[in-house]
Amino acid sequence: MIEVQNLTKDYGHIRAVDNISFDVKKGEILGFLGPNGAGKTTTMRIITCFMPPTSGTVKVAGFDVLDESIEVRRRIGYLPENPPLYPEMTVEGYLDFVARIKNVPSRQRRELVHRAMEMCRVEDHRHMLIRKLSRGYRQRVGLAQALVHNPEVIILDEPTVGLDPKQIIEVRRLIKSLAGEHTIILSTHILPEVSMTCDRVVIINEGRLVAEDTPENLTIQLKGGEMVHLEVKAEAEALQQILCGIDHVRHIEIKPLDSADRLSVTVESERGHDLRSLLAATIVQNGYELYELRPVSLSLEDIFLKLTTEEETSPVASDQPQQEEARR
Amino acid sequence: MKNIWAIYRKEVGLYFVSPIAYAVIGIFLILAGFFFSRILDFFIQQSFMLMMRASQFGMPPQEFDVPGQVMQSFFGVVSTMILFFIPMLTMGSYAEEKKRGTMELLMTSPLTDSQIVWGKFLATLTLFIIMLAPTLLYIVALYRYSDPRPPLAVAASGYLGVLLLGATLIAVGHFISSLTESQVVAAFLTFGAFLILWVIDAGSRGSQVLEYLSILRQFENFPKGIIDTKSLVFYASFIVLGVFLTLRSVDSLRWRSA
Repeated sequence: MIEVQNLTKDYGHIRAVDNISFDVKKGEILGFLGPNGAGKTTTMRIITCFMPPTSGTVKVAGFDVLDESIEVRRRIGYLPENPPLYPEMTVEGYLDFVARIKNVPSRQRRELVHRAMEMCRVEDHRHMLIRKLSRGYRQRVGLAQALVHNPEVIILDEPTVGLDPKQIIEVRRLIKSLAGEHTIILSTHILPEVSMTCDRVVIINEGRLVAEDTPENLTIQLKGGEMVHLEVKAEAEALQQILCGIDHVRHIEIKPLDSADRLSVTVESERGHDLRSLLAATIVQNGYELYELRPVSLSLEDIFLKLTTEEETSPVASDQPQQEEARR
Repeated sequence: MKNIWAIYRKEVGLYFVSPIAYAVIGIFLILAGFFFSRILDFFIQQSFMLMMRASQFGMPPQEFDVPGQVMQSFFGVVSTMILFFIPMLTMGSYAEEKKRGTMELLMTSPLTDSQIVWGKFLATLTLFIIMLAPTLLYIVALYRYSDPRPPLAVAASGYLGVLLLGATLIAVGHFISSLTESQVVAAFLTFGAFLILWVIDAGSRGSQVLEYLSILRQFENFPKGIIDTKSLVFYASFIVLGVFLTLRSVDSLRWRSA
């Protein structure tokens, strides 16, 4: 449904997004995970046709964001980080306006506006001015705005920021219920949010794609402990037996390399046990040649660490956008 | 067309839920009414003085076109007043949308940039016409009580001039509003630009280029009932230029880092 290929975006000399590629299948919820300033918003803005990419292609439902931008925009509902609201309008008036500019035919407009209000539970406040709504309600009106024309693709930039825990649960439930019929990309810097709502996760950091997998696999990888990659000249079966004998080894994967008769070996150890020196010693003692030894996916862990620590302080962190707004 | 209508509808609606439209229209009408009555008074007195002077010297009364003079002065005053009022109508058009982030909504909706720009332009022009419309009453009164009646075409030509001038100023004002996120900055810069376009001919010492560029100089012929093609072309090209620059400016939002 969404194909992103080699996407790069420069702001002057700063590279905000660096050669990212990923796909989103129809009906899937993709979590877009990364610390603040990782390039999530930029990527979303390119997918929604707000800004053009520096290089690379993005296709939504088969339409290119540069060449067939209007077709793409017709199929996308987008909730930016700050909900784009007109404070002087009523909730219903605002949604009616959004339905108009999203080319909803006049016959369906009333019905779709009602549906969106019902789904986001803002019906009781439909005649209220947006100016008078609390932050949680504004966020919900923003969400209703993204849904009102029943788009195939929904893109949500940090949809739960600034909500209280009860509202967060409601919004997550709503997003989950939209899957299947709609294809959703959801960005967040909160790790548990992704595992609760998303089918698949793309992690980006400093503009680069770091990992792409299901939340389950990522968690297994993370909890699984430390991985070490080795390049050894040896016989596979013999090596397997020797390495299995080492304490705290959980899993061994051996693949032959094309060049010479070397093997590519990945050893997974229990968490908290650094086996690198032991592995090297064992291999050399057994008379094999060791060509390479390096830890794997440390960068991923770093990012997870960043994410998890941020989650712990999230009640404080979520206040920040509001303060920024006030300063402006 | 439907898209332009959607933007237009929203813009006009927003003008009337905010106090700014009422304030601008109200104050404009109070001032316009005040000036009209003063101008009327002044020219009636003048004509009496001329009549008296003529009868004193036993000469045939001089011809003095009171309604014509009143209209010329009145349109002159209105044209100057709108230099002060239009910045209030245009300042928020883009600045406020950018500040609130609603520009992102418009620009990710299936609308072309020119639909957004024209919708907004027509909306402000409509508000300007609504602001101007009640002054028709003054002109009606003038026609009702003057004898012989002046030709209607003169008033029509005067209003055409005001409309063209207003549309030009709106186009410039929208462009300036699209450059900033602050309404106050937009209003100030717009007003400054209008002043420069107004007095640009002052120090010209006969330089025809600068005289030609003065937006009020081009206006002078309309209240006399003269529709000069030169002025029509001037205003039309100014409007097109303003709208074009606004389009470029909106487009550039996509390329700048936000």
